[in-house]
Amino acid sequence: MKRNQILTIGSIVLLFLFIGYANGHLNAYYIRILNNTAIFLMFAASYNLINGVTGQFSLEPNGFAAIGAYTAAILTLTPAQKEAMFIITPMVPWLQHIHMSFFPALIVAGIVTAMVGFILGFPVFRVRGDYLAIVTLGFGLTIRVVSNNTMSITNGPLGLKGIANYTNLWWSWGFAIAAMIVIMRLINSEFGRAMKAIRDDEDAAIAMGINTFKIKMIAFVTSAFFEGIAGGLLAHLITTISPTLFTFFLTFNLLIIIVIGGLGSMTGTAIATVLVVWGSEWLRIVEQPMHIFSLTIPGIPGMRMVIFSILLIIIMIFAREGIMGQKEFSWDSLFKLFKTKKVANK
Amino acid sequence: MKKLLNILAVMIAALMFMSTGSFAKEVKVGVVWPMTGPIASFGQMAWKGAQIAQAMAPKTKDGATIKLILLDNKGDKVETANAVSRLITKNHVKAIIGAIASGNTLAAAPIAEKNHIPLLSSSATNPLVTKGKEYVSRVCFIDPFQGTVAAKYAINNLHAKTAAIVVDIAQDYSVGLAKFFVESFKKMGGKIVAKTFVQTGDQDFSAQISAIKAKNPDLIYMPTYYQEAALFARQARQFGLNQVIMGGDGLESDALLKVGGKAVEGVTFTTHYDPKATASKVGKEFLKKFKAKYKVDPDAMAALGADAYLVMVNAINRAGGSNASSEAINKAIRSTKNFHGITGVLTLVNGDAVKSAVVRKVKDGKFVYVTTVNP
Amino acid sequence: MNLTIVLQQLFNGLALGSLYGLIAIGYTMVYGVIRLINFAHGDIMMVGTYVAILSGSALFLPWWAAFIFTILATALVGVLIDKVAYKPLRNASRISSLITAIGVSFFLENLFLVIFGGVPKAFPVPAVFSGVLHEGGVILPVISIFVPLVALVFLAILMYILRNTKYGIAMRALSLDMETTRLMGANVDAIISFVFAIGSALAAAGGIFWALKYPSINPLMGIMPGLKAFAAAVLGGIGSVPGAALGGFIIGIIEVLAVAIFPPLAGYKDAFAFLLLIFVLLFKPTGIMGEDLERGRF
Repeated sequence: MKRNQILTIGSIVLLFLFIGYANGHLNAYYIRILNNTAIFLMFAASYNLINGVTGQFSLEPNGFAAIGAYTAAILTLTPAQKEAMFIITPMVPWLQHIHMSFFPALIVAGIVTAMVGFILGFPVFRVRGDYLAIVTLGFGLTIRVVSNNTMSITNGPLGLKGIANYTNLWWSWGFAIAAMIVIMRLINSEFGRAMKAIRDDEDAAIAMGINTFKIKMIAFVTSAFFEGIAGGLLAHLITTISPTLFTFFLTFNLLIIIVIGGLGSMTGTAIATVLVVWGSEWLRIVEQPMHIFSLTIPGIPGMRMVIFSILLIIIMIFAREGIMGQKEFSWDSLFKLFKTKKVANK
Repeated sequence: MKKLLNILAVMIAALMFMSTGSFAKEVKVGVVWPMTGPIASFGQMAWKGAQIAQAMAPKTKDGATIKLILLDNKGDKVETANAVSRLITKNHVKAIIGAIASGNTLAAAPIAEKNHIPLLSSSATNPLVTKGKEYVSRVCFIDPFQGTVAAKYAINNLHAKTAAIVVDIAQDYSVGLAKFFVESFKKMGGKIVAKTFVQTGDQDFSAQISAIKAKNPDLIYMPTYYQEAALFARQARQFGLNQVIMGGDGLESDALLKVGGKAVEGVTFTTHYDPKATASKVGKEFLKKFKAKYKVDPDAMAALGADAYLVMVNAINRAGGSNASSEAINKAIRSTKNFHGITGVLTLVNGDAVKSAVVRKVKDGKFVYVTTVNP
Repeated sequence: MNLTIVLQQLFNGLALGSLYGLIAIGYTMVYGVIRLINFAHGDIMMVGTYVAILSGSALFLPWWAAFIFTILATALVGVLIDKVAYKPLRNASRISSLITAIGVSFFLENLFLVIFGGVPKAFPVPAVFSGVLHEGGVILPVISIFVPLVALVFLAILMYILRNTKYGIAMRALSLDMETTRLMGANVDAIISFVFAIGSALAAAGGIFWALKYPSINPLMGIMPGLKAFAAAVLGGIGSVPGAALGGFIIGIIEVLAVAIFPPLAGYKDAFAFLLLIFVLLFKPTGIMGEDLERGRF
C-alpha cells in the first residue's frame, strides 16, 4: 500500500518536473498542445465520472464549459475592458464593475457551474437512459442559445475578447491533477461504490437502499464543478470566447476520449486524452498535401473528423471496453505484469 | 508492437526528411484560412486569389521565393490559435496572412503580438480586430465605414426614408454592421420602423417577414451572410414583400444567386471589389489571370486575399527583402501608403486600411457594378 | 394583430410543423421497434436531399422520377447503416448503440463536408411547387399546402401497413418482445431492416419537401430538424406514429407563433422545442398519445 502511494506521488512529482522543464525549453506550439491536453483531461475525467462511473449517459459538457468560461472571463476582465467591448448593449452594471484575480475567478466559475448543475439535476434525473441524453443535449444547446441572446451579460455573438492569457502549464496541469485526485478519491469512497452500483443495476441499487438521486447528484455536481473550472482555463488560454465555441462538437470530442479510454476508467481517460489531443494534431498531415519522394498526394481538408467518427463507430462495435474498460491502472498490476514476464522468461 | 514502432519511426524520419526540403532561398509566410467548416467558401476564394497574386509576384526583390504555408482553421477559434502557434514555432514563418472572420483573427492576435509576428487579415472588418494591437493589420475597410456607405446609398440613391433591419444575432459581423447602419441612417434623417432577429442556420422566416410587412418600410437592411439572405428573399417575395433588400459584403457569394434565383434580383450590397471598378494595371492583370485559371470572375474575398499577399510582398521588399526581420516587415506593412492593389488604393492607418467601397447589386442573375464610394 | 395575420401565421406554423412531423414519424418508428434513438436520422434526411440533387443533375431524371429514386436509394442507405453500425450492437447496452448513432451522425456530416464542401447548394424547385395562392388576404405558397397533405398521406399509408399487413403486425410484436417474436418464427432481422427502410424513406421524403420549401442544402442541414423532430416524437409519445405527427405540428406552430407574437424571442427559437421536451418529460413522460411504455405501441 505504502509503496504504491510513494510511486504515485513520485510520478506526479516527475510530471511537474517535466512541466518545469517544458516551460523553459519547449516551443510555444508544444506548450499550447500540453495546455490543451490538461484542459481536455479535466473535461474528460469529469465527464467520465457521470457517464462512465455512474452510468448516466448525458451530453451536457459543452453547456457547463460555456458557463465556466463566461463566468471566469467576466470576472477577470477589467471594468474598462468590459465597457469598451459591450458596444451593442451595455453590460449590466453590477457585472461590469466586478473584478477578480485569476484563481478566485476560476473557483467562482466552478461554483457557479456546480450550482447550475445542481438546479439542472432536479429535472434531468427524473428521466433515465436515452431520455437523459436528449434532455442534457437540449440543455447544452439552450445554453448556447441563451449566451447568444443575453447581450447585456455575455455580449451575445460578439463574445468576450482580450481575456488575459493567464492559463499556463502550472495552472492547467495543477488543476488537472487536482481534479484527477479528487475524482479518484471520490470513486474509491463509499459514494463511488454507490455510483458504480447505480451504473451496474439501478433497480438493484434502489432495492439496496441507496438514495440514487442523491448519488447521481453528487456525481453531476462534481462533474459540473470541474468542467466549469476547465472552461475558465480554456477561456484564459485562447483569450477570446463566443457562443460558437461551445457547440456539441466539444462534447463529441470528449465522448470520443472517454469511449477510447474506457467508460468508467479515469486512467484510461488520461491515456485517451493524450492520444486524441496529440493524434488530432498529428492527423493534420492527412489534410495537407504530402510529398513522398516525387509523388504528391493532395490533402483532404476535413478528413480528420471523418477519421475520428469512423474510429468511434469501430471502437463501439469491436472494442466496446476501450483501452482500460472499467478498470483502473494500478501499480500492483504493473508489477504483476513484470513478474509473470520474468517467470515466463525463465 | 515492435513492428508498429518501426513503422512509426520510418514515418517520422520521412516527415523530417520532407520538411528539410530544398536549399533555394525562400521567405516563409503562413496563411490561416478556413478551408472547411461553415465559412469555407470564403477561405477557398481567398486562397485562389492569393495563389494568382503569388503567380504575379512570386519572388522578393532579392530573388528569394515566397513560400506560402496554408493551414485550415475550420472557421474555429481554437483551431485558429493552434494553427498560428504551429506556423510560428514549427514552420518559423516570418509573417502570417489570416484569418477571414473577425472572431478568428482576434483569437490569433495575442499569439502574433506575443511572438512579434505580423498578422495581416484579408477580410476581418470588425473594428476591434486591430484595436490596441501592434502586430495586427488588415487590407479591408472596417464595418463602421461599410455601415455608413450603405446608409448614404439608401438615403441618397434609393431615397429610402424608413427601413426594417434584419439582424443575425449569432454573427458578431451582422450585429456590428446593423448597429453602424442604424446610427448613420438615423443621423441622416431616416427612421427604423422594424427590427427583427434571425439566427445563422434559420430557414423559416415567415414570422419575421409578416412582422416587417405590417410596417411597410421603404427598404430592408439585412447584413447577414448569403445563405440566410437568399432564403429570406425567396420567402419575402412569396409573401409579397417586394422592397429592396440591402446588405453587406457577407452577401457576395455565388450561392446567393443560385439559391435565391429570381427572388434576389435587385438585392444591393456594399463590398470591397468589383472587376468593373478596376482601373490599375495590377488589377487588370489579376482579373485576366484569375479568369484564365478559374473561368469565373474573382469576388471580393479573392481580391482581398490577393491584396493581402501583395501588401505583404511589398512590405517584405521595403523592409529589405528576404533577410528582413518580422519586426521590420510589420513596420513596413503598417506604413503602407497609396499602395495600388486589386481592390483599390490602400493606405494603412493604425493597421486599418483606408480605401473606397463598392456598391453592387444583382441584375439578371449576376452581380453588377453600381458605384464606388470614397472614404 | 388581426385575424388575417393570425391565420397566416397559423398556416406558416402548420407548414413547418408538418415537415417536423414527417421526420418525427421515421424517428418514432425506429425507436418504437428497437429502442434506439437514431441520432443520424436528421443526417439521413440530409443525405436524401443530396441524392435528389445528384439524381437530377447526374442521372438526368425528371423531378418526379428523381424523387422516387431518392426515396428508394435513401431507404437503402438506412438499411446499410443499420447492418454495418447498429446490428452488431443489437444485444449490447442501449447506450452503446446511442454512442454509435452519434458516431454515424458525425460521420455522415463530415463525409459530406469533405465531398461537397460547406457551401450551400441550391435545390432546384420544379415549377409545380413554386406558385403562390392568395386566399382572403392570406398568402399560401403552393409548397406549404403540399407539405401537410403529403404528411397526412404518408401517415395514412403507414398506419395501414402497421395495422393491416403481416409486416406491420410483426413490427408491433417485435417492439414488445424481440426474443418471443424470434421464437415464433418471424425473421427479426428482415423486419428491422424493413423498419429502417421505412424510417429512412420517410426521412428522404421529409428532406425533399424540406428542400423544396427551403431550397438551400448543406451537409449540416439535418442537425436542427433532426433534434426538433425527436422532441416532437417524444412530445407525441415516443413510439406512437400519429403522436409523432401531432408533436411535429405542435412544435412547428409554437415556433412560428411565439416569434410572431413576441418578436424579440426569435433568438430563442431553437430552444423552444427542448424546453417543451423537458416540460413534457417532467409532467407526462409518456407524451400526449404515448401509452405506458410497457404496453402496446403504434
